[in-house]
Amino acid sequence: MAGLHQPGDTVLHRLSVGAKVLGLAALSLSIVVARDVRAAVVFLLLTLLLAALARVPLRSVWRAARGVLLIAVVASAFQWWWYGAEKAVETFLDLLSLGLAALSLTATTAVNDMVDALSRWARPLRFVGVDPDRVALTVALTVGALPGTIAIARETRDAARARGLDRNPRAYLSPFVIRIVARAHESGDALHARGIGD
Amino acid sequence: MTSIQFEDTAVRVPLPGRGRREILAPTTLHLTEHRVAVIGANGSGKSTLARTVNGLVRPSSGRVTVDGKDVVRDGAAVRRMVGFCFTDPAAQLVMPTCVEDIELSLRRTMKDSSARRERALAVLAANGLEQHAHDSVHSLSGGQRQLLALAGVLALEPRVVVADEPTTLLDRANTRRVADALLGLEQQLVLVTHDLDLAARCDRVLVVDSARVVHDGTPEESIAHYVRLADAVTPG
Repeated sequence: MAGLHQPGDTVLHRLSVGAKVLGLAALSLSIVVARDVRAAVVFLLLTLLLAALARVPLRSVWRAARGVLLIAVVASAFQWWWYGAEKAVETFLDLLSLGLAALSLTATTAVNDMVDALSRWARPLRFVGVDPDRVALTVALTVGALPGTIAIARETRDAARARGLDRNPRAYLSPFVIRIVARAHESGDALHARGIGD
Repeated sequence: MTSIQFEDTAVRVPLPGRGRREILAPTTLHLTEHRVAVIGANGSGKSTLARTVNGLVRPSSGRVTVDGKDVVRDGAAVRRMVGFCFTDPAAQLVMPTCVEDIELSLRRTMKDSSARRERALAVLAANGLEQHAHDSVHSLSGGQRQLLALAGVLALEPRVVVADEPTTLLDRANTRRVADALLGLEQQLVLVTHDLDLAARCDRVLVVDSARVVHDGTPEESIAHYVRLADAVTPG
């Protein structure tokens, strides 16, 4: 759900980061707590409305929906098996709603504004020796690392396939872990070179 | 120009159960030229030499100073003076969009977020990337990514830019674009490269072989020396 920030001047763009994060937390909690398929439909419409209000491009909405679709289908299939069709539909719609709600936040909030807010919120941790800037940066880097990690996963899978080893998990997992660790080292060096964290 | 001084600088790395291996033999150099190229075979020690300039690699003995500041003792001050461009810009670009990545570089020096955004957009425009400001860093071409990584370095207005094989992953057109950007910098440039055409455009060229600087001179002399070395390894 690490959607790209889309600059704009909508109500959601103008809201403070704190208000948006609290809103997302409240909405997500409501989606999870409300156990009713009609509520799930209402929440999906509400999150679509939020995405429209934030003027999130349809392409981004589709990309976010596609990202969560596979998980939603698998989770719903299990729900169908265990609890029946109504529960499966509810789970499917809830997961889509959660994805869209997160997208509306990331599309209307620049990562650096999020880092600034996290850094402010983490200030009390200074008293126990934690650097708030470092905490905020770590969260931002974790989110930022997702697309790169996915790209490495795809490349490693393709390399295993090219060698005819696509059914051998070791041929995929070992190089994947090694490349992720190597990338983490490189990124650490790059951050160090940029003086981030000095 | 900035003064980069290597004083008997050596780098050794531990080998499991086999003592230590020298990856940079004791080296004494004084670099004051505008553009300095470092050439040599893979694994010869070029990158180690370059990485000591901003403290990414710490000398095991001797020292490196930039305008009198020791890269180990005054690490943060040196990193403010020395920007570093890596071979693979993907490792260097850590934020989702181009403008956000430049803003990350500016966080340390600019606290106001709107001023930071304005400056980041200006840096992108100065590097011909303004139309990509809000694009994903992953959607850029290799050349654009390298230019963005360079823009992130230049945003901090360093006195020295060290670039470690910045064109190795690029096609011919992008190599030319990145090379022109680097060689057109006002800052002092330390350029590690396998591209001898690029090295030929520098003022001084160091040849590194087996962890030692084996030749130090004008581009013509140094390139000729390197070609002889390479031909001796793979004659014909």
